[in-house]
Amino acid sequence: MPGSIQSIERAAAMLRLLGSTGRSLGINEIAAALDLPRPTAHGIVRTLREVGFVEQDPSARYVLGSALRELGSGGWDRHDLRARAMNWADSLAGSTGLAVELGVPDGPAVRLVHHVFRPDGTPQSIRTGDERPLHATAVGKCLLAFAPVATPPPRELVLTRYTGRTCVTVAALEAHLAVARRRGWAGDSGECEPGLGGAAAALRGSGGLVAGAIAVVGPVEELFGLGGELRPAVAVHLVTAAREISASLVEGTP
Amino acid sequence: MPGEGERVVAAIDQGTTSTRCLLFNRSGRMLAVAQREHRQHYPAPGLVEHDAAEIWRNVRRVVPAALRSAGLTPDDLVGLGIANQRETTVVWNRHTGVPISRAVTWQDTRTDGIVARLVDDGHAPMITRLCGLAPATYFAGPRLRWILDHVPGAREGAEAGDLLFGTMETWLIWNLTGAHVTDVTNASRTMLMDLRTREWSDPLLDVLDVPRRMLPEIRSNAEVYGVCTAVLPGVPVAGALGDQQAALVGQACFAPGEAKCTYGTGAFLLMNTGERIAESSHGLIPTVGYLLGERPVYALEGAIAMTGSLVQWFRDSLGMIGTAAQIETLAETVEDNGGCYIVPAFSGLYSPHWHPDARGVMVGLTSFINRGHLARAVLEATGWQTREVVDAMNLDSGVTVTRLKVDGGMTANHLLMQFVADVLDVPVERPLGSEAVSLGAAYAAGLAVGHWSDVEVLRSNWHRAAAWEPAMDPDLRRREHANWGRAVDRSYGWVQTPAD
Repeated sequence: MPGSIQSIERAAAMLRLLGSTGRSLGINEIAAALDLPRPTAHGIVRTLREVGFVEQDPSARYVLGSALRELGSGGWDRHDLRARAMNWADSLAGSTGLAVELGVPDGPAVRLVHHVFRPDGTPQSIRTGDERPLHATAVGKCLLAFAPVATPPPRELVLTRYTGRTCVTVAALEAHLAVARRRGWAGDSGECEPGLGGAAAALRGSGGLVAGAIAVVGPVEELFGLGGELRPAVAVHLVTAAREISASLVEGTP
Repeated sequence: MPGEGERVVAAIDQGTTSTRCLLFNRSGRMLAVAQREHRQHYPAPGLVEHDAAEIWRNVRRVVPAALRSAGLTPDDLVGLGIANQRETTVVWNRHTGVPISRAVTWQDTRTDGIVARLVDDGHAPMITRLCGLAPATYFAGPRLRWILDHVPGAREGAEAGDLLFGTMETWLIWNLTGAHVTDVTNASRTMLMDLRTREWSDPLLDVLDVPRRMLPEIRSNAEVYGVCTAVLPGVPVAGALGDQQAALVGQACFAPGEAKCTYGTGAFLLMNTGERIAESSHGLIPTVGYLLGERPVYALEGAIAMTGSLVQWFRDSLGMIGTAAQIETLAETVEDNGGCYIVPAFSGLYSPHWHPDARGVMVGLTSFINRGHLARAVLEATGWQTREVVDAMNLDSGVTVTRLKVDGGMTANHLLMQFVADVLDVPVERPLGSEAVSLGAAYAAGLAVGHWSDVEVLRSNWHRAAAWEPAMDPDLRRREHANWGRAVDRSYGWVQTPAD
């Protein structure tokens, strides 16, 4: 049996130390209490700060971070996620002329937590709070592909047929997910509603953990070229928005 | 990224807590933003000051930072517009450029004595007739009077012509270009301007004992005030508006009856009343909406003191939530308010009640009430306060609000936006890009230099990003409205005026 990893033991001890005192601690105090050289203690506390388990108070002393308190509460709050994503979601709708949706896993389905209208003045109704099938939408397939723990395995899904293009076998769905993993985004070529497609990319928080997915949604022919490839301009804007939102999630890891 | 050779407009949003610079392309899309917060000074209860020199230093930092982040140079800019926190008052020495005291901000209530004396001496009807405003500590004129009375040498310096007065846009334009000007929307909040002639009013100057020579020249919202000699050499400063009027323009409320509400710390609802000054008998403020060409467009304004700041209190003082956004998560844990109502009269009630003696109340508490119900009550307070202002607006303007355009941070809260639509019984719409204040300043500057030809072009830049349709049962709405009214009644008369 391999031995335990010393730096993880030390990090755990550091968290226990910070949790045992009612005040913030300076780096020298931490190093002395754990009998570590100052540079070693500093390296560990800095890493813990980067993942959000430790924070610095205004005097630059260390306390337990909010991410640690929220560790048991199930990841990103969906409304925090919306607040972080809102400006970029607007910008994505503005640059592509398409509607934008933000979805998170919710049991056997996707829950939409944000929706930006297609900016063309047509009457549309807000879909925030709606449920979408995992296997037949871009956000859903993106979450299946990139958030395998937060979503059920494909063989446990009810693969309802919505259109002629819906994946109704596990094998077909697995093939779509493999393509999505290879390309970095998931597509929907009218699999839930005829003619209405989407393309979605994952939003990743600290450590690459997927918090949700962002999608552009619109007529299939506006999203995809004749060969079924995502139009390059749409792809660039989608990937940029996902990257920028992810960066802001990493910055403010809960 | 801007397109090759595309010219852009810069906006400075000089706000209460921070100064920001934003760049917009021709279709009104934001290309870059840079921001810097400034210190809030609280020398005593009720006193809130800013260091105008610090704010000017922040402008010198955020403008180049925004250009850098968009990969642009001053040559790419067609003009600069300014939107600013209103009613905050600065006096500085014209020879040295140094403020003679800290800026006295709009939240500061030190002028209550000056205002009470104006009312006691019977000047209130004359003041309201000329400038449209009922005397209140909210406006800039009494602050200027306070500085003249209390800062050593101020009165002599002002009379000798050594000192200049301005609100924030005036201070920034003077530093950028050397011109001593204000715009008509900011001037309309001083209690010194005649709302009809849009000039400084001698009777108002007399009653507040303010020397005319220290006042800036009143200009329209869209014209070249001067060319920058600092920060953006060669770029014209071509637009200035108070922040709420800027949002009216940024939201493209160009037709009478169109209204917007900006939800920030507080909320400000402005309705375009066209070329007509609507007299208010229901606690609203008639004000200049904008002057973009020859003829001014007026507006009615309803000010709500606490909206976002109630959520902040719920987060920071009660510790009920970790972030402002999480109030929606908490509110979703329950079906309704459980019979609980919170009236956030923490510093009295503003529009339409204007009860400075009111204080906050939480009513309807039973053992049934949990944190989720309190979260609902916090959000519903913003909804009902919006309803009260809209009701007053419908009565005073004679035009009925048929839809409400919203902007500001709280529009991220979909449960709240649905509730606002439910209690108003009209659709609530959010535009793409929530930076209506800065966009309005950019629009004014762009119009002045011909970057945009007219307001119709700007109207076509407005895109609906979301709409919430009313879906509340009318009987329920009536009952809840009545309950809210009873809760408001219970907030009145809590503060008892000391005998002084």
